[in-house]
Amino acid sequence: MFNAKVKDKIATGIIYTLSGIIVIILASLLLYILGSGLRYVNWDFLTSTSSDFSKGSGVGVQLFNSFYLLVISMLISIPISVSSGIYLSEYAGKSKIVNVIRISIEVLSSLPSIVVGLFGFLVFVIYFHMGFSILSGALTLTVFNLPILTRSVEDSLKAVPGSQREAGLSLGLSKWETVIHVIIPSALPGIITGMVLGAGRIFGEAAALIYTAGQSAPPLEFSNFNIFSPTNPLNLMRPAETLAVHIWKVNSEGLVANADQVSAGSSAILIIAVLIFNLLARYIGNKVYKKITGGE
Amino acid sequence: MADKYILELDSNKHEIAMETKNVQVFYGEKEALEKTSMQFERYKITSLIGSSGSGKSTFLRSLNRMNDNVPGASVKGEIIYRGLDINKNDIDIYETRKHIGMVFQRPNPFSKSIYENITFALKRHGMKDKNELDEIVETTLKQASLWEQVKDDLNKSALALSGGQQQRLCIARAIAMKPDVLLMDEPASALDPISTANIEETMLNLKDNYTIIIVTHNMQQASRVSDYTAFFNMGKAVEFDETRKIFTRPKIQLTEDYVSGHFG
Amino acid sequence: MKDTIRESLTQRSKSAKLETRGKIISLSFTAVIVILVISIIGFVAAKGSLIFIKDGVNPFDFLTHTTWKPNTLDANGHPIIGAAPMIVGSFVVTLFAAIIATPFAIAAAVYMTEISSKWGKKILQPVIELLVGIPSVVYGFIGLTVVVPFVKDVAGGSGLGVLSGAFVLFVMILPTITSMTVDALKAVPRNYREASLALGATRWQTTSKVVLRAATPGILTAIIFGMSRAFGEALAVQMVIGNAMLMPTSLVSPSSTLTSVLTMNMGNSVQGSTSNNALWSLALILLLMSLIFNTVTRAIAKRGEF
Repeated sequence: MFNAKVKDKIATGIIYTLSGIIVIILASLLLYILGSGLRYVNWDFLTSTSSDFSKGSGVGVQLFNSFYLLVISMLISIPISVSSGIYLSEYAGKSKIVNVIRISIEVLSSLPSIVVGLFGFLVFVIYFHMGFSILSGALTLTVFNLPILTRSVEDSLKAVPGSQREAGLSLGLSKWETVIHVIIPSALPGIITGMVLGAGRIFGEAAALIYTAGQSAPPLEFSNFNIFSPTNPLNLMRPAETLAVHIWKVNSEGLVANADQVSAGSSAILIIAVLIFNLLARYIGNKVYKKITGGE
Repeated sequence: MADKYILELDSNKHEIAMETKNVQVFYGEKEALEKTSMQFERYKITSLIGSSGSGKSTFLRSLNRMNDNVPGASVKGEIIYRGLDINKNDIDIYETRKHIGMVFQRPNPFSKSIYENITFALKRHGMKDKNELDEIVETTLKQASLWEQVKDDLNKSALALSGGQQQRLCIARAIAMKPDVLLMDEPASALDPISTANIEETMLNLKDNYTIIIVTHNMQQASRVSDYTAFFNMGKAVEFDETRKIFTRPKIQLTEDYVSGHFG
Repeated sequence: MKDTIRESLTQRSKSAKLETRGKIISLSFTAVIVILVISIIGFVAAKGSLIFIKDGVNPFDFLTHTTWKPNTLDANGHPIIGAAPMIVGSFVVTLFAAIIATPFAIAAAVYMTEISSKWGKKILQPVIELLVGIPSVVYGFIGLTVVVPFVKDVAGGSGLGVLSGAFVLFVMILPTITSMTVDALKAVPRNYREASLALGATRWQTTSKVVLRAATPGILTAIIFGMSRAFGEALAVQMVIGNAMLMPTSLVSPSSTLTSVLTMNMGNSVQGSTSNNALWSLALILLLMSLIFNTVTRAIAKRGEF
């Protein structure tokens, strides 16, 4: 029979070991990706275009596409999520309809991204004739992004003390004015943190994009100012393979000669982007904390 | 009025700023305040006293329709202000609250600068003239006895002020709206004795221009500052009279027990 | 004299108008989200049921048969569509991933909340957050270049199969389960622990008999949430599972999941064709499973509130 103290020691040992393994997994993941990928990342890789059959292909277009899609989809999702975040935090209260809204948001956030992608394919690409395009991709990413952003906006607004709302109301301001001019500024750091984390998430998203933004990255001409031309970088209707989709594609189709190098390099870039998004969110989060606790 | 323990003012001798008739408050099914009828004389301070849960804050918050924002709360009866029943649906609550201002239990300055705390709502309500705004900031801060301490730091965050200073800023912010009536919900309960004394002094200064209704736990405070006092117990206004009468010769034993500190 | 204040009280102020407008704006944008969800469910359900309604495939056969040949007709003139291999593949990788991840997640959560909150905060917390943020294609790529060769060396075969899939998913869902378990453990009131320790129980006795027991509903929610993620994950799994529409015969035989089949084939089929309809029915299963996972977590949360 084990004595309770011995058991305690053994259990503690197991917990330390398992926790340690997690840290080791992440550390080796990071080291592996950065170690095997960074050596391929140079200016040329970041800017030159990918040519599927030859060596030395770069990911310049994909990188641009990833950022451009991110920006467009944030432009669409921010107003929607901020408005619905305001509704849920300030006006909703408790009722059957509000319950339906909350369940909808929960369902949306747990849908597999491939299902969201297929929905985007069906609705945006086919029914609305947008084709494989930046716009289809951005709208699909918006669907994917909305529940998370909305919830983060709602939580940030709810974290602002109710006494701030009472202050606004007692001065004859409407709830809406109080929210827009008092509550949102106070909640802004939290809202931005949520946005940055959401941005990080969609930056690496691929499953929702392979059938919406497409799997091809036609070369871009940055000197082309005709917005309807397929080589104009800002053209919303052109197909746009992103970095994440590119990694998937070169690995599953194997048409690229240096697939491993391209994937390793692109993975390294994605990971660095995620790290930056993460640090940025943390930095802003800390600022909130200081603002709420420490006056200036 | 039916209740003989509730003083009825002679409107020929006293100017009435506000009046309630059978105001009743429910939270859901629960009656939080029984029918209360009371008059508030202009340019006087009226104290509402009583223990926690006696209904005094609930009553105060009905006067500028702040209870509208409490989910499940409903206020019945009439609240007469300028000859209008402001408890009706067709009354604009935002306009109402401009004229019936409020200061809360805990100081709640906006996380903006001192200057903006006072001017923000004014600007939203359409006041644009910089000189006018500057002047209001100065006079209200002076009235709230805060000017001397902050005049050089108007652009500093209001959150950097001490609790007592924050509360006086909130008073300045409320009177910047030039309200008729100022409701104060235990404005000094979260403050130290010195800040409390400052707030009381401020109230006495304000009396010349404002009708003040204050909820307080502190009986000395009620007796020091107010002209009229209402005693609430268990969701009911038990007795209302001139302050000195309430504190020296209350008509009801319960009131006497409360003001002499036997319970509550 | 005219009482302007009295007059203003009976007119609709600018603030009142702004309030109405704001309410309408915020409600309409919220409605957009609800409409989106309803249309996703509607579209996928409509497309996914075509194979049964139009092509006459028996739903029971669809779920149990193991042959996927949408372009071949059976004796009754219906296309041969058996989704069992993908369904089994999805469930197997999901269950394996959850079984491996759970002890790790609980250990890490116990370490973070019960043993060392300081080190937990400094090291494990950021590690977990970073793991959440790593894109799934990166997991897939590492699965392909590290896990698959490793499995090949150890277990034989090509290395592609449910074992590799489960291992990749394990790492992917670990942070989700861990952080939700941490929340569940943190929600256990401190006095539970103090009472137990005061009775002379060791830390492990307190943790296992009091804290983990009290947090069980929360931990279950975390595990189901993780499984829901694993079940719906597409690209990382697709890259390492081998993509053969065959019933998995061993942990290292190439097989497939619902998501991997969808990822690989949706682009190669013509909209409206039988094979395309068949694919949409797989998407419908994914959607239904996601709804089921969602309902279960909600039911647990409702029953297990503190």
